[in-house]
Amino acid sequence: MHPILKLVAQRVALSLLLLLAASALIFAGTQILPGDVAQSILGQSATPEALANLRRDLGLNDPPATRYFNWLWGALQGDLGTALTNGRDIAESIGQRLSNTLFLAFWAAVVSVPLAIGLGLLAVRYRNRWPDKLISGVTLASISIPEFLIGYVLMFYISVKLQWFPSVSTVYPSMGFWEKLNVIALPVAVLTLVVLAHMMRMTRAAILNVMQSAYIETAELKGLTGLQIIWRHAFPNAVAPIVNVVMLNLAYLVVGVVVVEVVFVYPGMGQFLVDHVSKRDVPVVQACGLIFAAVYIGLNLIADLVSILSNPRLRHPK
Amino acid sequence: MKNIPISALIGLFFTGLYFLAAIFAPLIAPYGVGEVVGDVWEPSSAEHLLGTDNIGRDLLTRMIYGGQTTIWIATAATALSFTTGSILGFVAAVLGGWVDQTLSRFVDLVMSLPTLIFALVVLSVMPVTVTVLILVMGFLDSTRVYRLARSVAVDITVMDYVEAARLRGEKTGWIVFREILPNALSPLVAEMGLRFIFMVLFVSTLSFLGLGVQPPEADWGGIVKENKDGIVYGIPAALIPAIAIATLAISVNLVADWILNRTTSLKGGRGG
Repeated sequence: MHPILKLVAQRVALSLLLLLAASALIFAGTQILPGDVAQSILGQSATPEALANLRRDLGLNDPPATRYFNWLWGALQGDLGTALTNGRDIAESIGQRLSNTLFLAFWAAVVSVPLAIGLGLLAVRYRNRWPDKLISGVTLASISIPEFLIGYVLMFYISVKLQWFPSVSTVYPSMGFWEKLNVIALPVAVLTLVVLAHMMRMTRAAILNVMQSAYIETAELKGLTGLQIIWRHAFPNAVAPIVNVVMLNLAYLVVGVVVVEVVFVYPGMGQFLVDHVSKRDVPVVQACGLIFAAVYIGLNLIADLVSILSNPRLRHPK
Repeated sequence: MKNIPISALIGLFFTGLYFLAAIFAPLIAPYGVGEVVGDVWEPSSAEHLLGTDNIGRDLLTRMIYGGQTTIWIATAATALSFTTGSILGFVAAVLGGWVDQTLSRFVDLVMSLPTLIFALVVLSVMPVTVTVLILVMGFLDSTRVYRLARSVAVDITVMDYVEAARLRGEKTGWIVFREILPNALSPLVAEMGLRFIFMVLFVSTLSFLGLGVQPPEADWGGIVKENKDGIVYGIPAALIPAIAIATLAISVNLVADWILNRTTSLKGGRGG
């Protein structure tokens, strides 16, 4: 077996194992901690008989391990159970929202990734001069600013004062493509600003690291210009760490999206999760947590696979 | 002390200001915390420097008390995460073997889930009180401190003086507290600033989502939530607490940066 296949297979298996353990953790987090689901659905005034009936209907009398495996088996077949609050099928309610969230995250990635890499290259080109210093300063500020501040500042100035874009990002399946893009312009801008700084900085660090190699000095001596060196020699060798950073930031988008969706009242997974946490609708929370975990672990897996595949020493073993 | 850079001075000034305001909140707040003193969303005036909030309470008063809640929760959670994280990290490094393996793999597992998502899952079944918030936030964040503390301590445990302590028969507790802790302190202290910022942002985010500090109590994130509906009518009240969160975080960051540079230069590193 080719050693790279073996590495990839190992990494995939590890991720699946991690996802399994994460599902157990999510289940344990909601089941073993104090707090009676039946009590929280029916409220403090519920009679003991009603509580007992509900517990039986929900299968709360089974041992935790049995319930975990029933839940996991269902989830694997696409059956996420029914919501406690409205009795609807969870998988059905999540479907549309998941695609909305992915739509938002996709466009945020389309805007932020090329922008971050371009600005990172620029920072390397003008290292220690004002563009580089400006970028460092903005990075320091941006890890300290909560997402909702960026969101409300943009909403206040761009949509309320200037009225360029709508302040509330409601999307319907029947909306046209351009109409949808217009509506999500502001949330995409916020998400871009949230991940841009970190990506840019890591791109800069990755390229600077390569810039110290001997072949860069050779390229300089044979008379290539600064940007040519970066583009032809430094960038290709920095691709692996950059892709890694991009993937980690896309994974971070998964979390950022929760807050941004609430700010702009966007009908996605994040909003759905937050609503049901406050309603204490445990099956929905578990399902959303599982999906978020799967996406997060999946993106981390892709990041690792890319760095394995882009390493020439692993691709061409002796 | 005369070599403090200007950025660190600004950071120290604002950090000090916010902490003092938090400690002396009842003395400096012009009104009572839940007192309705005017109309809804009054603009800034001599009586109400920052105007009033969504039900006519003085916004400056709310901000001062909100800052107290935010800073208290963030400080307590940081302290909890540091104590658990660093002690477990040191113990894992000193004992090694299955203790290290179990703890490290468990930490890997917790860190494989996004922190906010995990916190939301747990908060869906727990009663949302300040104590629960501090415990959940402190526990989740201790995984990051654990990793740092363990990696620092692993380098120290191979030093001769630790070996000497082992050979003269000292117990694990002595080795952790008397040999490793003093030597691992400076990287941990530098990290503490970043963890504090993270805690401020974390509790603000939870409260903003309505899952943190519950009304009528409010922290800065909660005040953003209370006033967010004003934004679409052109009332910027929600921006004020959000800006307070950002300035507190940036100031602490500036101070932490300065301490980090100082400690690395003390050790002969390059950061100078």
